[in-house]
Amino acid sequence: MKVLVPVKRVIDYNVKVRVKADGSGVDLANVKMSMNPFDEIAVEEAIRLKEAGKADEVVAVSIGVKQAQETLRTALAMGADRAILVIAADDVHQDIEPLAVAKILAKVVEEEQPGIVLAGKQSIDNDMNATGQMLSALLGWSQGTFASELDIDGDSAKITREVDGGLQTISVKMPTIVTVDLRLNEPRYASLPNIMKAKKKPLDEKTAADYGVDVTPRLEIVKTEEPAARAAGIIVGSVDELVEKLKEAGAV
Amino acid sequence: MQFGLSDEQEMIVSTVRSFVENEIYPHEAEVERTGQVPHALGEAIKQKVIDLGFYACNFPEEVGGAGLSHLDFTLVERELGRGSMALTHFFGRPQNILMACNSEQRDRYLLPAVRGERMDALAMTEPDAGSDVRGMKCQAQRDGGDWVINGSKHFISGAEHADFFIVFIATGVDETPKGPKKRITTFLVDRGTPGFEVREGYNSVSHKGYKNYILYFDNCRLPDAQVLGEVDGGFAVMNKWLYATRLTVAAFSVGRARRCFDYALNYAAERKQFGQPIGKFQGVGFQIADMITEIDAADWLTLAAAWRLDQDLPSNREIASAKLYASEALARVTDTTLQIFGGMGLMDDFPIERFWRDARVERIWDGTSEIQRHIISRDLLRPLGA
Repeated sequence: MKVLVPVKRVIDYNVKVRVKADGSGVDLANVKMSMNPFDEIAVEEAIRLKEAGKADEVVAVSIGVKQAQETLRTALAMGADRAILVIAADDVHQDIEPLAVAKILAKVVEEEQPGIVLAGKQSIDNDMNATGQMLSALLGWSQGTFASELDIDGDSAKITREVDGGLQTISVKMPTIVTVDLRLNEPRYASLPNIMKAKKKPLDEKTAADYGVDVTPRLEIVKTEEPAARAAGIIVGSVDELVEKLKEAGAV
Repeated sequence: MQFGLSDEQEMIVSTVRSFVENEIYPHEAEVERTGQVPHALGEAIKQKVIDLGFYACNFPEEVGGAGLSHLDFTLVERELGRGSMALTHFFGRPQNILMACNSEQRDRYLLPAVRGERMDALAMTEPDAGSDVRGMKCQAQRDGGDWVINGSKHFISGAEHADFFIVFIATGVDETPKGPKKRITTFLVDRGTPGFEVREGYNSVSHKGYKNYILYFDNCRLPDAQVLGEVDGGFAVMNKWLYATRLTVAAFSVGRARRCFDYALNYAAERKQFGQPIGKFQGVGFQIADMITEIDAADWLTLAAAWRLDQDLPSNREIASAKLYASEALARVTDTTLQIFGGMGLMDDFPIERFWRDARVERIWDGTSEIQRHIISRDLLRPLGA
């Protein structure tokens, strides 16, 4: 079975995000970019499937600017076998919307015929949480979102989902789309031998046009602004005082 | 000429940096408080590094290392320099000098060291032989086919974890026109060899938990099989392999200076006095500017020296410049950062006071700043006959 893992290049989670002066978005010039952390979990899971003998090939795909090939090299260094880069934008500030990404992914799936698509539940930049679900609709495949456990058994998979108020276990038919949540696994560091091997692994370069997908934005960003600054806190001397303050504030 | 890193180098840097941030930083405060690394923690770090294929990455592939170039390895060292030395010690980089092992010694020392099964420590310094290595008193005398060692070594880092020691010992004196000159031989000494003892050393303000030890030799008998390289060839072995430790100090200094600088930068942006961030006051803003300029300069000097080694170009002077400048830049950066933090910088709630204390030794060990200046000036003046 082949595993397809879409990975997105996003602003590094450690970077202090700055809104552009004109409010059109977040400043991405000269900031550190990394693989979306949820996608890292998806790559890790794919590699574990391969190590467990349940998959025989892991293919990473990234859709965006040319620099996304760094993100793909990271996936290759973690252990993916090959990568596909779909160049869909020249400007690092142009985000490709979930529907366009899902349409391109659907074409890649048609070409690659994976048994499963493992994707991050959302990317930490725009938090859309939509691509996996849209891909499922476009392909007519089953889906299991927010996975914290995945157990593939022949032509079905058992997926534990992190839902409001607890865990839900579902059984889906393969092939399927799984979007992964934080607690599924802990991604590994790239090993030094794999880092050295990554360059030699195949990385195919395509464009959105090759797949006949129009990536023109359908959404208009009206305004981007910084979250309100947090008010300063106070230090209380005792539990009693804490309870009293909370009562005063109407919190309890 | 191009100044960018390759994709592989970028990944090496980001992997080692994440490793240090996730596996080293969380244990630093405890190591600092207790002054030691629990055995199990050290072993756990070591095992992770072995699993990642980074252990002994400074060694060539044919002996089981990763075959990194000097430049790649310097990048690894630079990122490791961010973390506490007591802990990064377990990100094992055995002494390159072990490449001088003969085929029989390879199986006993080199290969197990590269695999992480046996750890090494290097012993050169003595109470009366610091910068003046040839002044050493620790000596070996022929007795039948063996050597009998007497004397002591101090400031021996990593001795508590070492299974064997690479020790420089005087094996004779040559009379030269400039006066008597000691001949030096390198020996491999196993922990537990009769007549050889490892004792606790001194308490240092720098690098808590990265302790120094004293080695005592009392009629310690070693066969010829324990000689590393040639008898009386200690200086040849030293010159061929030990230049790398000076570059390591430079790289460590750059890494730690960057970590420290991030504290200074963020504090200057966040700390408000007189109604504005203190970084807006020219006095602080200019210090930020000077610090990053010095750090970048030290970084390039260090990487350029490593690059020269890879090209087989003469690099003795360049390594000395990198070691001198990076360690002194680190001292200024940590001191200035502490000043920016004001009183809080001296409290152990922040790692600033630790960076400041740790920085002090970098100008002393592996050749003092003065020795580096001596190397640099001699390199330039000697060809002119001075």
